Amino acid sequence: MELFIHQVLAGIATGGIYACMALSIVMIYQAIDHLNFAQGEMAMFSTFIAWQLIQWGMPYWVAFFVTIGVSFVAGVFIERVVFKPVHNAPILSHIVIFIGMFAIINSLAGFTWEWTIKSFPSPFGTRAVLGEGLLSAHDAGMIAVTLLVLVFLYIFFRYTRIGLAMRAAAANPESSRLVGIRVGWMLALGWGMAASIGAVAGMLIAPVVFLEPNMMLSILLYGFAGAVVGGLTSPGGAVVGGFAVGIIENLAGTFIPYVGREMKLSIALALIVAVLTVKPSGLFGRRIVSRV
Amino acid sequence: MIGGKLLEAKNVCAFYGATQVLHGLDLNIAEGGITTLLGANGAGKTTMLRSVSGMVRTTGEIRFAGKSISGRATEDIVRLGIAHVPEGRGTFVRLTVEENLQLGAMTRRDTKAIPADIDRVFGYFPRLKERYRQQAGTLSGGEQQMLAIGRALMLRPKLMLLDEPSFGLAPLVVQELFEILRTLNKEEHVSIFVVEQNASLALDLADQAYLLETGRVVMAGPAHEIRQDENIRRSYLGY
Amino acid sequence: MKTNSPTSTTKATFSAGGVTAISYWKPILIVIGLAIGILLPLTIKNFFVFQLTLAMVYAIAILGLNLLTGFNGQFSLGHSAFYAIGAYTTAIMMENYGIAYYWTLPAAGIVCFIAGFLFGLPALRLEGIYLALATFALAIAMPQILKFSPIEHWTGGVQGIVIIKPNAPFGLPINPDQWLFYFTLIVLVLLFACAYRLIDSRTGRAMKAIRDNPVAAKAMGVNLSLYKSLTFGVSALYTGVAGAVGAIVVQFVAPDSFTINLAIALFVGLVVGGVGWIPGAFFGALFILFVPNIAETFSKGLAGAVYGIMLILLIYVIPSGVAGLLRLIVTRLTLSRG
Repeated sequence: MELFIHQVLAGIATGGIYACMALSIVMIYQAIDHLNFAQGEMAMFSTFIAWQLIQWGMPYWVAFFVTIGVSFVAGVFIERVVFKPVHNAPILSHIVIFIGMFAIINSLAGFTWEWTIKSFPSPFGTRAVLGEGLLSAHDAGMIAVTLLVLVFLYIFFRYTRIGLAMRAAAANPESSRLVGIRVGWMLALGWGMAASIGAVAGMLIAPVVFLEPNMMLSILLYGFAGAVVGGLTSPGGAVVGGFAVGIIENLAGTFIPYVGREMKLSIALALIVAVLTVKPSGLFGRRIVSRV
Repeated sequence: MIGGKLLEAKNVCAFYGATQVLHGLDLNIAEGGITTLLGANGAGKTTMLRSVSGMVRTTGEIRFAGKSISGRATEDIVRLGIAHVPEGRGTFVRLTVEENLQLGAMTRRDTKAIPADIDRVFGYFPRLKERYRQQAGTLSGGEQQMLAIGRALMLRPKLMLLDEPSFGLAPLVVQELFEILRTLNKEEHVSIFVVEQNASLALDLADQAYLLETGRVVMAGPAHEIRQDENIRRSYLGY
Repeated sequence: MKTNSPTSTTKATFSAGGVTAISYWKPILIVIGLAIGILLPLTIKNFFVFQLTLAMVYAIAILGLNLLTGFNGQFSLGHSAFYAIGAYTTAIMMENYGIAYYWTLPAAGIVCFIAGFLFGLPALRLEGIYLALATFALAIAMPQILKFSPIEHWTGGVQGIVIIKPNAPFGLPINPDQWLFYFTLIVLVLLFACAYRLIDSRTGRAMKAIRDNPVAAKAMGVNLSLYKSLTFGVSALYTGVAGAVGAIVVQFVAPDSFTINLAIALFVGLVVGGVGWIPGAFFGALFILFVPNIAETFSKGLAGAVYGIMLILLIYVIPSGVAGLLRLIVTRLTLSRG
């Protein structure tokens, strides 16, 4: 029983990472209506930028917010420059652009900062919060920040005009133009926000998994799993989904035979597929009903 | 009474890629009135509306309230006071009725007046009030059409463009809708430019009418005159 | 208004004018192609023969993906999994059971068809981005599954299985690489011919109807579940047979040869060649085989970045792939003529 609780708590700790990533993914999905496979790489690159700023002597929290700002601008830039020319291309071509971006960002990061592991500081410290080795202060801090971002996003999308405009622009660009929304800039804003959240995710995750160019791929996948389990239309669901994935992954790793570290990833994936077949819109997602 | 020229189109040609759909259209819409554009399928009626809204590549001159709008972006044209209810309603199906209406007012600066306007829309369309929090995609065709018109009203437009409002709706619903359009024109002082295939209803509603055939205006004049015309009666009114 | 079909803005069927312009070229092109195919391996260096053989293998794999995504509208970012299953089927049959290499191909095809069909069943409920995710998950899981300890003594675990290259039959005076080229060519011609027949048949029309408007297709009596799963199966069959041949050509299978990178490469090949256009597979295969190497010659350290830039620029210039480019050329030609 104690092992069970221990694993659940450990799962919540890692789940915090996935929840944060999942939030960033859902954020961009809400803005552009498809998934950005390069999301993880962008987060990783932002984290490297933060690392570099800290290396150059900037205090942690200053670097933190500067990185968020830079990431926001980068996100806007990427949308306006990289994606604008292909707005009218078929969706499959968009995916290839994501793939191209992934390759570019990954390669640039490796080239600039090398492929060796670096450590990244945590602003919360590593002391234990709930008994030895269960939940560290950083884990708790990560969860707290994720929830804060979530609350902010909820308020933003539900209660502000610009949030509504963004949702409309993603859902139906033509009708949005007809009510005067500048769709292009809404998309860019969405990208900027997603990039910023990704940067936050990266900076929170790096202290745990260590900073290196390939750190985000499996995290991205767990993030997708969390987002799908929670429902791609629900930021709150994504966060819950992220935690769920963390817990299930840990429990499966501990209690199911043969599932070692390598297979844990497959668990995440099996989860994705299982949820998608049973409830395609995820646990909290809204089912879109449209009359033919 | 009918005022000056609100919308003027001179020698407008419209293109979808390499295909030319409108051939040198001339059109005038008077302020305060209801003008209808008639024609068979493929005549270019929808294209005309889309040309006004800047959604199609055009040559020629289009002026709204004296200002040139040809070549301007849709988002800017909307801000001048033109509300376009597109073919197929263009409802935001995933958003609620409430959100759809709020979107109509997206460009307005006077945010305090918006709730009152939403109430006015409910006054015209009580059924929308019942479905306030519902996902717009679950509304019936008639209700979605009402929602689309309500959304257009939220802009407080000077001119409302309507693309085939009767499409796919039951006759009784259409009659009700057109009554409301007539009221809107009088009470809200919204000029209306409506494209219709249902010539009979449109000619009853409108003051002025234009007839379009393969991208060219072949007839223009007061609606009641057009209604009496031999050829129109036989080809479009069925008697 | 968004539609779920990934090809909603691109149908790679040529306009009426284009078809008549192309149709008398087709037999000529085929004859020339075959002539080149037969003479080529005898005239160039062995290493290039090997590379071209591999290109043909990828073309078959991409064709499999095209059948599913281009012609039936179901996304897949996971075809590396079927490629792997085909490859391992061949490896296991050849090395563990001593079965001749040519018999392993139909076996791999059948195994993959079943695998694809089975995967297609739960996938029925998934659309667009969700299906992409599920297949993406499958691709990532596959290397893990192949390393799974309980089945290690079949799969060879992390080290994989080594395959011995077969010699030319009937004592023909050609080396194994050249023989493999011809063997692959024969398989390729067969499979492509079948694909053309499939697409033009009733089944093919049902497939395309499902892609273009599933609701209408269903209303017209097309059994969506059956056709979608069948298409998955056939698609997996093609890619699986490609994997089987690929295993023989490369002489080696190991879990890390079949990662998500392969799935992504196949996908890129599909889009570059042109979704919904069968010959596109050749262009896609050449792209994914040679362009990464070209990228490396620009800069060793930034090879990935150069590749990414080339990919993005390509999409800017021809968003619908080579198919789109040819369609544009044909339209311009017929417009200037008519």
